Amino acid sequence: MNRIEVENLNGYFDDAHILKDINIKIPNNSVTALIGPSGCGKSTFIRTLNRMNDLISGFRHDGAVYLDGADIYDPKIDVVDLRKRIGMVFQKPNPFPKSIFDNVAYGLKVHGITEKDIIKERVEESLKAAALWDEVKEKLDKSAMGLSGGQQQRLCIARTIAIEPEVILMDEPCSALDPISTTKIEDLIHKLKNDYTIIIVTHNMQQATRVSKHTSFFLHGEIVESNLTERMFLEPEDKRTEDYITGRFG
Amino acid sequence: MNKKLGEYLIEKGLFITAIFSIIIILLIFAFVFREGLPIFQDFGVLNFIFGMEWAPSDGQFGVFTMIIGSLCITLLALIMAVPLSLLCAIFMAEIAPSGMRKILKPVIETLAGIPSVVYGFFGLIVMVPLIRVQFGGTGFSMLSASIILTVMILPTIISVSEDAMRSIPHEYKEASLALGATQWQTIKNVIFPASVPGIITAIILGMGRAIGETLAVIMVAGNVTQIPQSIMDPVRALTSNIALEMGYATGLHYNALFGTAVVLFIMIMVLLVIANYYHYKKKVVIGGGYL
Ligand SMILES: Nc1ncnc2c1ncn2[C@@H]1O[C@H](COP(=O)(O)OP(=O)(O)OP(=O)(O)O)[C@@H](O)[C@H]1O
Ligand SMILES: [Mg+2]
Repeated sequence: MNRIEVENLNGYFDDAHILKDINIKIPNNSVTALIGPSGCGKSTFIRTLNRMNDLISGFRHDGAVYLDGADIYDPKIDVVDLRKRIGMVFQKPNPFPKSIFDNVAYGLKVHGITEKDIIKERVEESLKAAALWDEVKEKLDKSAMGLSGGQQQRLCIARTIAIEPEVILMDEPCSALDPISTTKIEDLIHKLKNDYTIIIVTHNMQQATRVSKHTSFFLHGEIVESNLTERMFLEPEDKRTEDYITGRFG
Repeated sequence: MNKKLGEYLIEKGLFITAIFSIIIILLIFAFVFREGLPIFQDFGVLNFIFGMEWAPSDGQFGVFTMIIGSLCITLLALIMAVPLSLLCAIFMAEIAPSGMRKILKPVIETLAGIPSVVYGFFGLIVMVPLIRVQFGGTGFSMLSASIILTVMILPTIISVSEDAMRSIPHEYKEASLALGATQWQTIKNVIFPASVPGIITAIILGMGRAIGETLAVIMVAGNVTQIPQSIMDPVRALTSNIALEMGYATGLHYNALFGTAVVLFIMIMVLLVIANYYHYKKKVVIGGGYL
């Protein structure tokens, strides 16, 4: 089963044609990696999946994105509800300047959960799932801004999984992290993949092979190749993919 | 060597400029205090501050009614201006399309630059008669003064708090929306709390302008030295007192006007200290992460 299907998606910032005729199918409960050189449109692409680009005034698109068969750009779709179903972890850790607890509780509160016990329980579960609980359980009421970059990123992941989305978009979640934090996040992805559909953008080929089942290679706004990850890295079909993954350009 | 000398001169030059402005302010203070001193000595500090009667020809110099007058019109103006300006700032920073904002912002900043006599004149010609017709009385009242002050401080509060809201990192907003919060929830729970220090600054600036405003208040407030029983009663502000009588005051009366300035100065200091304390506390709290 495919959770997300993208058909002939084109994206533009004003006159710049950034996403060119993207077609991709994202299967259920598995990890899909997006790789490609800087500036090729990976972030722009995943931001179209939860309609984050709607916030940017110069952005236009055509083509269709289906979530469980329903077009997410259909005017009848409620964007707020869509974003509840498709969570996102940003390239740069962006915790709120609130306490650690409030960061994780935020999504629950805006979705109308008011019972203190339920919130407390969910915050704890989410922080445990994000492998952060042991480091912060003593200081839940301290500012999230006082955490290290890696802890902040795991907090952002905890915040996202607290609202139990169906899909999690991760835009280079480890780009600013040390190897230990990176390992923790990869372990987390392994744990999450049974319950969630995960799309991860990464510059790190090893990471793609370690965490993902499928990989798509982006270049200049196009998808050059999509394949099972092991296949793509062992025997790429396209010359450009081969050049990229062997480090000959990019 | 030359470079070092240049650095030295620039550093000292900046230091002297900074010191110079402080010295000028201190000199003004010293002058005002010196000129006001006789009234405190001859009439008594408590008599002066808490005296209910201001009758220079009878040797009565109590400014309490004016302290209350100044506080009342400032407070009432803030009560009206703060909610209005915050809503307006939220609209401009978060909701208005960028084209509309490009028109609104300069218009509001121009409003801040209009001389107070223009506002006062408008109040005198339009507001006072309107209040007289609608609510009775003379129309010269605390309400008139507060409404004029509200209009005068709106632009300052709007503009400064709007800047504060717009300077909140875009990432916070994205994070909130990506969690499925609505736009209003995002404003209420993320953008607004994060801009509280800037909003407090905006309110301090507005308050400073309101309590120090003289001309517009003189023109509409009625300037009677009494404790207002209702917002329809005329009041006299401390600033008005100085401006109204400076022209002909001599002797102790002259000192009493400087005494009024001293009281005004101390009041503004106290308000600033309170406001800054809150500002500082909020900042620290935000630094500590509780918003
Ligand atoms: N808000 C924007 N307005 C205009 N152009 C943009 C905007 N955001 C991105 N672009 C352009 O779109 C192109 C793709 O950017 P995008 O951020 O999607 O790249 P990326 O693949 O995520 O790169 P990286 O790996 O460096 O994060 C770039 O050429 C960029 O200049
Ligand atoms: Mg990117």
